[in-house]
Amino acid sequence: MSATDIQMTENYLAQTRRKRLYGGLILVIFVALMASGFTVADDRNAGGFFEGFHRILDFPKEILAEALTKWRNLPARLWAAVPALIETLNVAAVSTVVGGIGAMVLAVLSTRGLAPWPRLIPVFRRMMDVMRALPEIVTALVLIYLLGGGPVAGMLAITLHSFGALGKLFSEVAENSDLKPVEGLQSVGAGWFQRIWLGVIPQVAPNWSSYALLRFEINIRASAILGFVGAGGIGYDLKTALQWGTGRYDSVVAIFALLFATIVVVDTISDRARARLVRGGKLDEGRI
Amino acid sequence: MSLSTTDLQGATGAKPDLAARTHALVTNFRWRKRRALAVPLVLLAYGIYIVFAFDLATVLGHAKPDHARVLLRDFWSYKTQVAYEARSDETVVAIEGERRGTYPADAPPEWVHRGTGQHTEIDLPGGAHVSYLADRVAKLAIPDFGLVTVSVEGRDVKLDLPPGRAMPEWISVSNTRVSVDQGDWRFSMTRNRTETFRYFPGWELFFFTLDSPFHGKSPGQLAALALWKDRVNPDMPNIQAMASDFWHNNMWHHSAVAWAMLETVLMAFLGTMGAGMIALPLAFLAATNFTPLNAIRLSLRRFFDFLRGVDGLIWTVILSRAFGPGPLTGSLAILMTDTGTFGKMFSEALENIDGKQVEGVNSTGANGLQRARFGVIPQLAPVILSQLLYYLESNTRSATVIGALVGGGIGLLLTQAIITQKDWEEVCYYVILIVLTVMAMDTISGWLRRRFIKG
Repeated sequence: MSATDIQMTENYLAQTRRKRLYGGLILVIFVALMASGFTVADDRNAGGFFEGFHRILDFPKEILAEALTKWRNLPARLWAAVPALIETLNVAAVSTVVGGIGAMVLAVLSTRGLAPWPRLIPVFRRMMDVMRALPEIVTALVLIYLLGGGPVAGMLAITLHSFGALGKLFSEVAENSDLKPVEGLQSVGAGWFQRIWLGVIPQVAPNWSSYALLRFEINIRASAILGFVGAGGIGYDLKTALQWGTGRYDSVVAIFALLFATIVVVDTISDRARARLVRGGKLDEGRI
Repeated sequence: MSLSTTDLQGATGAKPDLAARTHALVTNFRWRKRRALAVPLVLLAYGIYIVFAFDLATVLGHAKPDHARVLLRDFWSYKTQVAYEARSDETVVAIEGERRGTYPADAPPEWVHRGTGQHTEIDLPGGAHVSYLADRVAKLAIPDFGLVTVSVEGRDVKLDLPPGRAMPEWISVSNTRVSVDQGDWRFSMTRNRTETFRYFPGWELFFFTLDSPFHGKSPGQLAALALWKDRVNPDMPNIQAMASDFWHNNMWHHSAVAWAMLETVLMAFLGTMGAGMIALPLAFLAATNFTPLNAIRLSLRRFFDFLRGVDGLIWTVILSRAFGPGPLTGSLAILMTDTGTFGKMFSEALENIDGKQVEGVNSTGANGLQRARFGVIPQLAPVILSQLLYYLESNTRSATVIGALVGGGIGLLLTQAIITQKDWEEVCYYVILIVLTVMAMDTISGWLRRRFIKG
């Protein structure tokens, strides 16, 4: 072994030791954070983790037991929850569509090379950041105060959030799009709208649709949660059923089942559709 | 396009082929055109259906524009109330009408002049002036309008407009109540109460409450006090006294708000990281290339789907029953859903790793654990870290929502403030805090991702 080789080996070993030290330190800090965080959360919770742990299954057992004794009611209960479910789905769909359209506009306005007013790009970006950071529940509760309870408040709240969330993703996609078609269109005298519509939209459409579908999944969950605080739909039914308590647990089970089934079905369909959109029609091999 | 149709027609048999292709192309275009038209039409039809399904006309008809006005005004301004109570025969000047913001009876703000008994003179913006006189009579001198007299006679409230004036739209009258709303001030009289509200921009007593010696000082004075002036409180330096008065401000409760915000971030952190820690080992068992046993793999996949499918809403309901309200319940709800999501993502990432690295490590005689440590983890770590950081950021926002449901963190404070329907300035404060925190998490996680994953 030559002197340089030894030098190199030593350097390498020193580097490895340093890396290990840093890795170990980060691990220690992480474990400490998790442990202290858990203790704090446990202290500030009404019931402790270890007292509650064995009770996790009590509530599901209780409601399932009641639902089983009244199993004859279940089809009727399921059927009764369907209109509310449709409302929840409608809230999610409208806010995805309107949010998607708004996000398209915002994305184009905040993407370099496409924006009609390049100087305002940072303004639109900040706007999207704020809309994204604003939790739906805040907007929804304020709107419930202004408009009264019901699906419209929830819809507007989710739409506002979708503007920001989708806008950011859309503009990331648009940023990576090829500007040559745009230049080509410009050379034949196309206007700004024509350049965007014919040069950019066809390139980004698959990815944008895929993100919009993902947002739809997220919005269904959000819409169910907002229902719980008064914005209509299946969440509201769940809340009333829970407030009734014992005696209405068959409704609770029906709503849980319906919500679960909806989410699984929509997730599966949208998963496949997204795979087709992004990977060009093939589900990747090995997936079940 | 150098090929002309005649060139193509030269070869026998090409003609029908070309015609068929042209036909196919034209049909395709026609179909695309129709589809391009159909999409907006379907959306329009759906929109019309929604207008009826959600009964938009009724909802908008029932909207409360006065609520919106109050809310917007309260977001950025506060009101000081001068109220005369007939029952107790007392006049009280209080910020936001709260006990904690009440001025001492002998030291009202400089725009309120107390006389004897009911008599009070109030100076208002724009040269307006309100006087509470004896026997429940109030005179309102409104510039460009004249002198309005409001009085209680028997059970009714009476209004006298200046001669020759029609009823303006900013006065509303009923038998039991007269209110005057001038934007930057409001007046109302009922049988039991005479009230005047004057609005000021800003958030009242945000730094120091009235009982703090630092209230009403300018930033310059405060700096002087903090740096070289004599101690106000002999027990501690001024700067410490200021910090303590600010932290224990009993109108804005800064310490409680800070704790709540911390709780929210904690919920997101514990939930995300806990989910990652549980999902990682399970992901190995759910990946095709690590677990040849189909039964385990498939049942784990279904388990992940189940965790994801049971929405956060359902988890919060179930977990609240076991653990009661609080941040722990919230973080467990996040943990449950995200274990499913991470399990799915990590196992997919595992299936997509490059087998050559593992083979290379294997060729040196490494055992299973070493193959995982040196062949798999280095490929997997960037994916996992970037997902974890991304979810940490998005869960900070979800934790606000979940906090509102399980009763923990800033979400709880927020719902409480909204339910009172009057503490809108507090709502605004919390919203600004949440937005700043989420944006900070976004920036930090973006920075960490760039720092540790790409560079």
